[in-house]
Amino acid sequence: MTLTTTAVLVPLLPFLGAVAGFLLGRRHPGFVRPLAVLPTLAAALLAIAVAFGQGGGTATDVATRLTPTGSVPIDLALHIDGFAALIGVLVGVVASCVQIYSTGYLRDDPRYPSYAALVSLFTSAMLLVVYTGDLMVLLVGWEVMGICSYFLVGHYWETEAARAASLKAFLVTKLGDVPFLFGIFALAADTGTFRITGILSHVARDGLDHPTLIALLLLAGVAGKSAQFPLHTWLPDAMAGPTPVSALIHAATMVAAGVYLVARLLPVFAASAAALVVLAVLAAVTMVGSGLAALAQDDIKRVLAYSTVGQLGYMTGALAVGDRGAAVFHLLSHGAFKALLFLCAGVIIHAAGTNSLAAMSRMSGLARRIPDAFWTGTVALLALAAIPPFAGFFSKEAVLGAAEHATTGAVPGIPGAVGWTVLISGLVTALLTAAYATRLWLLAFRGSGAEAPDHGRQPLAMNAVLWVLFIPTAALGLGAPFLPDWFDGRSLTPTLTTSVLATGAALIGGLVTYAAWRHSIALAARTPIGVAVAAPDASPGLSEELAIATHTPPYADIAGAQDPADPSRLLLGPLRRHAATGFHLDAVYTALFVRPVRAAATLVRFLDREVIGTYVRGAGTAPGWLGAAVRRAQTGNVQSYLGALLAGSLVLAVAAVLVATGTGA
Amino acid sequence: MLAAASPGFLSPTGVEIAFLLVGIVTLGAAVVTVTTRQLVHAALWLVVALGGIAVEYLLLTAEFIAWVQVLIYVGSVVVLLLFGLMLTKAPIGRSPDADSGNRWAALTVAIASAVALVWVVVDAFRATWIRLDTVQGSTEVSGRSLFQYWVLPFEALSVLLLAALVGAIVLSRKKGEPPAASEASATSTPSVIAAPPAASAASAASGTSAAPAGGDGDTAGPAPREDR
Amino acid sequence: MHLAYPAVLAVLLFCTGLYGVLARRNVILVLMSVELMLNAVNLNLVAFDVWLRDTLHAGQALTLFTIALAAAEIGIGLAIVLLVYRNRGSSDLDRLRDLAERADDADAADRDPQQPDTKAEATA
Repeated sequence: MTLTTTAVLVPLLPFLGAVAGFLLGRRHPGFVRPLAVLPTLAAALLAIAVAFGQGGGTATDVATRLTPTGSVPIDLALHIDGFAALIGVLVGVVASCVQIYSTGYLRDDPRYPSYAALVSLFTSAMLLVVYTGDLMVLLVGWEVMGICSYFLVGHYWETEAARAASLKAFLVTKLGDVPFLFGIFALAADTGTFRITGILSHVARDGLDHPTLIALLLLAGVAGKSAQFPLHTWLPDAMAGPTPVSALIHAATMVAAGVYLVARLLPVFAASAAALVVLAVLAAVTMVGSGLAALAQDDIKRVLAYSTVGQLGYMTGALAVGDRGAAVFHLLSHGAFKALLFLCAGVIIHAAGTNSLAAMSRMSGLARRIPDAFWTGTVALLALAAIPPFAGFFSKEAVLGAAEHATTGAVPGIPGAVGWTVLISGLVTALLTAAYATRLWLLAFRGSGAEAPDHGRQPLAMNAVLWVLFIPTAALGLGAPFLPDWFDGRSLTPTLTTSVLATGAALIGGLVTYAAWRHSIALAARTPIGVAVAAPDASPGLSEELAIATHTPPYADIAGAQDPADPSRLLLGPLRRHAATGFHLDAVYTALFVRPVRAAATLVRFLDREVIGTYVRGAGTAPGWLGAAVRRAQTGNVQSYLGALLAGSLVLAVAAVLVATGTGA
Repeated sequence: MLAAASPGFLSPTGVEIAFLLVGIVTLGAAVVTVTTRQLVHAALWLVVALGGIAVEYLLLTAEFIAWVQVLIYVGSVVVLLLFGLMLTKAPIGRSPDADSGNRWAALTVAIASAVALVWVVVDAFRATWIRLDTVQGSTEVSGRSLFQYWVLPFEALSVLLLAALVGAIVLSRKKGEPPAASEASATSTPSVIAAPPAASAASAASGTSAAPAGGDGDTAGPAPREDR
Repeated sequence: MHLAYPAVLAVLLFCTGLYGVLARRNVILVLMSVELMLNAVNLNLVAFDVWLRDTLHAGQALTLFTIALAAAEIGIGLAIVLLVYRNRGSSDLDRLRDLAERADDADAADRDPQQPDTKAEATA
């Protein structure tokens, strides 16, 4: 098979799997698991083959034009360079892991067939986004991902939280997609093509007419998809979906699509210094804010969600300083360890029977119950906190190194302030990341109190996947010297200064959190909190759903429990209350958008019912009255009928004569 | 056009005066026909009106039409109508409800149409002159044209009369009884029955004779109706 | 002779017949009015034929046909009138109201077929 054929098959196979899953799933449940796992697995293997075939060499470009559109042409184009090949591998591997994991996690779920097909469809769309070389085709995949995300977040639609979250995720990302669409159109109008290669060569040759406008429009879509401030609010709520979905879509792949797009179109953004500044400021705000918010969350998955937002902030920061190699490197390593973390979280939630960290901190021996999740999760948290020698350390150092490089103003076209912004916020975030990672680990695995309930061993499918993902989490850093060959060639190895600074910050964060935890653990023993262990023997997916549904009564809010023993209370002080709610951004949105829209809807409803409805009812009533009048005329007297007929024809004849003489004269 | 040589209305010729007088009588008879409260009188006034029209035909030199008019209308149609009046037990003498309730609407429509039509007709033909120097409708002329140029419609008409005859018989029969047994149809149907066989026979004979030049053919056309 | 004389006479006769058709109650009187209208048309035909000196004498031939048709029509019409009279005991047009829109049409079920004929007769 040629590289092209292989690359075409990679998105095609999961798509066919999804179609077959939709068609057969309901009637032949036996086919569902193979149909879910095998195409995705094959796609992953083919993606690896593509990566080897591409080998970091020159980009492969193939295009076919289905039909002339009359204006800017739309091609079915493949563009495979090092970025696309490696991210394709990431997507394929994580999607395979998630599909395998889901067979165990959702084994008793009645909606598993549609779930598996949607995950396949999502995988296909993501691979399409990664491999395509045409922005319109990319947009198709982009939107398919959005709708899959909507359905999958709403998988537990029996719970209010899931319904609201799916709607919110959909609406917020669409809010970004509308400017994104305009941005694509503006870009195509400026450059005369939708092909990414064509756009880039046009930018390199002639520049753009409106670089800032285009970059900002595109940035809105990126912010929506990649959960950057101020459109990030949907991501924490999206954790109401099943954990594998969170791992695949809301941690490893879909949210990375925005970063990937900026990486592909980086020259377009680099053409506008203003756009880079905006990007850097967004990244900084996102990183620091999400770090603080993650520290205050009670739901284990929400901690991870805010962490994802923060790590995506690192990637956008790297893009702001013009180093897409670092950004994609961090994307890869983050995809691996964050997927692992989410899958671990799924195991933990099942084992503990709750998704509340406050409740877990009052259980002892959770680590012994789930040793696989404990060890892999620990390593993944270390990677998240960027402790050497794990993957996160290298990729984060690459980002910080690029930022430090930019502070000197040595990079053409990038203001030094951008570099400083990214560097400082990155260091602060490194501290915060280590802090919330430590808090998560301590609360989940070092709880004290009643013994954690024993549900037996977790399914093999789930544990095996954890170890598969453990490999890149632990060892991807070793690839740092080789990756530049695949990317732009800029070195990704850590520099001494930033390594010392960042690792120091991480260690400080970890230690401070540990100290706070030691201080507050005494409180935990004194203040018992209602522990809701839901459905101990149900399948993991079911117990998660119950955990989501039963979270509010004992712990007040989904975001932050009223737990006096939480170390974050000590660390954040008065800030904690605000951090738990994501700095009231949702309330602001409610005041700014939701209420006016609701009011407008009420107005429209009133107008529809009272004004338009009156017309509609009138349209029915008037013919009714007319009919009653005409009915009265039906006397049965043929003479009156005939009289009316003759009178009418007389009037017509006179009119005709008058018109004829009038025009004749 | 012929209008160029037309004299004015203020110096009428003798024919015109005669036409006018007969026309007034005809119109008056017609008006009485549609307004009188005595039903049988209406039929009799109809005779006057139809006869007046026959005279008008004569004045227009269409003598054959005039005699056909007298024979068929005055002779048979009015008789049929009188039969009809009697068979439906129409009251003799004044019947106060001869006009229906919408007579005023009818009057309005009629007068409006009269005004409109008179206006149009006068506007169009006020200067048109008919030259009556040669006879246009003598029996010979009519017969010649009828049996030279109008043979096919004439034959078709005889078929139509046959159909009308059959229809009248079917309608007049009482269900389940022989037609002769019914008192109501016994008097009306024979008058209808008698005519059309003669009509079809006569017209068929004249149609197949293929020699329309004679006076035989001329009289054959209207003859069947005379029988009625 | 002026063409206007026969033409105007025909118009007036026609409108008289029109009035009769619209205003008379008795069906036979309506038939008489129809005859008046037909005669008005005939008068027009003859007058125009004479005026135009048509070599085919189309007007006069058509007048003859109209007269024949009128005879047939009066025969059929009277047959219908008699039938209606036998069935209903009346020959008043404004009592034949089965076409009227009313709440219950059940009683008119068996007499429906004759209604169109009566109406056609009135419009003829």
